Amino acid sequence: MLLVLACQCAASMQNAAAQSTPAAAPPTPVTAAASDQSTLPATLRPNTMAARVAACTACHGEQGRAGADGYYPRLAGKPQDYLYQQLLHFRDGDRIYRPMTHLLAPLPDAYLYEIAGYFAAQHAPYPPPARGPASSALLERGRLLTQQGDPARDVPACVACHGARLSGLAPAIPGLLGLPRDYIGAQIGSWRGDLRRAAAPDCMAEVSKRLTPEDVAAVAAWLSSLPVTEPYVPEAAESLSLPLACGSQTFPMPVTGGAK
Amino acid sequence: MKRLLIGVVGALVLAGAGLGVMYAIGTRDDTAAQVSSVAAGDPPEARIERGRYLARLGNCAACHTVAGGQAYAGGTAIPTAFGTLYGPNISSDPEHGIGSWTEDDFWQALHNGKAPDGTLLYPAFPFTEYTRMPRDDADALFAFLRTVPASDQASRPHELAFPYDQRVLLAFWRALYFKAGTWVADATQSLQWDRGRYLVEGPAHCAACHTARNSLGATTGGAPLGGAMIEGLGWYAPPLTGDDATGLGQWSHADIAALLTTGVSARGAAAGPMVEVVAGSTQYLSGEDADAIAQYLKSLPAGARANPGARPSQATMDIGAQRYRQYCAQCHQANGEGSGTAWPPLAGNLSVTAPSPINAIRVVLDGGYAPSTATNPRPHGMPPYGQVLNDNDIAALTTYIRNSWGNEASAVTSLEVKRARGQ
Repeated sequence: MLLVLACQCAASMQNAAAQSTPAAAPPTPVTAAASDQSTLPATLRPNTMAARVAACTACHGEQGRAGADGYYPRLAGKPQDYLYQQLLHFRDGDRIYRPMTHLLAPLPDAYLYEIAGYFAAQHAPYPPPARGPASSALLERGRLLTQQGDPARDVPACVACHGARLSGLAPAIPGLLGLPRDYIGAQIGSWRGDLRRAAAPDCMAEVSKRLTPEDVAAVAAWLSSLPVTEPYVPEAAESLSLPLACGSQTFPMPVTGGAK
Repeated sequence: MKRLLIGVVGALVLAGAGLGVMYAIGTRDDTAAQVSSVAAGDPPEARIERGRYLARLGNCAACHTVAGGQAYAGGTAIPTAFGTLYGPNISSDPEHGIGSWTEDDFWQALHNGKAPDGTLLYPAFPFTEYTRMPRDDADALFAFLRTVPASDQASRPHELAFPYDQRVLLAFWRALYFKAGTWVADATQSLQWDRGRYLVEGPAHCAACHTARNSLGATTGGAPLGGAMIEGLGWYAPPLTGDDATGLGQWSHADIAALLTTGVSARGAAAGPMVEVVAGSTQYLSGEDADAIAQYLKSLPAGARANPGARPSQATMDIGAQRYRQYCAQCHQANGEGSGTAWPPLAGNLSVTAPSPINAIRVVLDGGYAPSTATNPRPHGMPPYGQVLNDNDIAALTTYIRNSWGNEASAVTSLEVKRARGQ
């Protein structure tokens, strides 16, 4: 139960961050943080993509390998189409996090697609999973949901869409490993509460709403406990028959040179 | 007693008469140039194209189009000190837009600040500037708006506090602060200068942000284009006058034209609300018009220099310098000169040296990209540091950049940073 609370707490913190309430915005800046080194790469040259995305890597880490604190997810190696759609959703207010919306507001589709492509092409090494406290019962429940789903409640298995290796499915279904437990819980929680949306039909919203808070906690605990084995790349497009229709898989790419 | 009564009644009559006169002044129409320049039949393509250009110049979309929404269908929130106004639907829909308006109706709105039925419009709609536009330009703008696909989205009612929600009171505001009248050329100046003045004071309505407003929202709160806090947005619009340290004194004509048309320049990049202005409006300026604006702005004399106040303490500067080396110097360089248009200089940067530190604080807290423009479609962006640095660090850091490399401006307190986080 504590884990469920922790999970819900993470989701609510994300929501608080969406409204940019300073007191609740993660992470609370402390003086100690200022003594850490800047997360920007050691050398940056102007007019390179690395320089153009410095506004991203300041939080998401060099090459988009994830921030240090679990709130800024890894971008490196995620499918370009997935990242592109997230950038559009943040920019246009369909995914709510004010700092992202602020950064992306002036950027046109074509540039966002290029930025998405940059991070999709990064291959930073994955750190070993940070295993938090989780009962074996909880982990087993997470494992079952991941591998088999719950046919009685019409909950598909994670692997049905995200692939047997949980590495995603081209063009736009992301891998689920290498992500912090709080982040996974917060995202599914946001989908359940209509705070995160994807292109219609929004299959992940549908699946999320079939999950209980306990399911979410279990899946987040299990997925975040798994190590990533290289090569970790999405399955080929249309190599899986999806149990639900997903609008993100047929989302149009930007018209080259197209403006917002 | 009787004399007192007569006196009181007399005073009331006089006050009533005074209000009546003000009301009459505030609701009268300027009937000059009422005659439409439009010939019968469909407007020619050239007129529509000129109207499209003017719509961009006036940045109509900033208030009449929501992000990701249908063009000119309205709904954008405009936060003010008096409440929130919502830009109305000005698409060609006859019921919800302005599809049933005539050229004369449109002129009435643009020139006299009135709806077709005589309702007084709120001056958040900058008819106070648009009134200077000649009938030809108004008709061209209208011809363009007629081509905007109809949207049946109803205009959202404004949400204003009492007494500002009483439109009848606008008559008195207008009597004090509005005089309809088209722009008159200044024969002593060049055509280019004149064109620049027209653009700045008319369709581009620069004063809406760059001139201080008084307590009733009129742009009479300070020197014209002398810089102002944009209250609803929490940003400072720097002076466009010739001030050396805080205005355009050190900017060349080319710098000004570059910032307007590309969003970046050798002296700094557009930030905050100006990003949207460049993206939606000034990037579309013709080369001649950008030069004209630059020439006019460069002719404006410097205002009185504000006292930057006491020098910050050495201890604060030391902390700020340390943070600067850690987080900023990699791009903006140890000497604050930046690198080309990718990483703007902080030395002599108007957003850094402004009397108000708010822009510097906001950029450090939230970061931000320069606008994407035809010339600079893939802008560089400033990373946000609000998540990494606390209020004391950001106060020291912004104090440091405001007082290094020749910059001289007030020190920043952690309270100012804290307040900026809450906005």
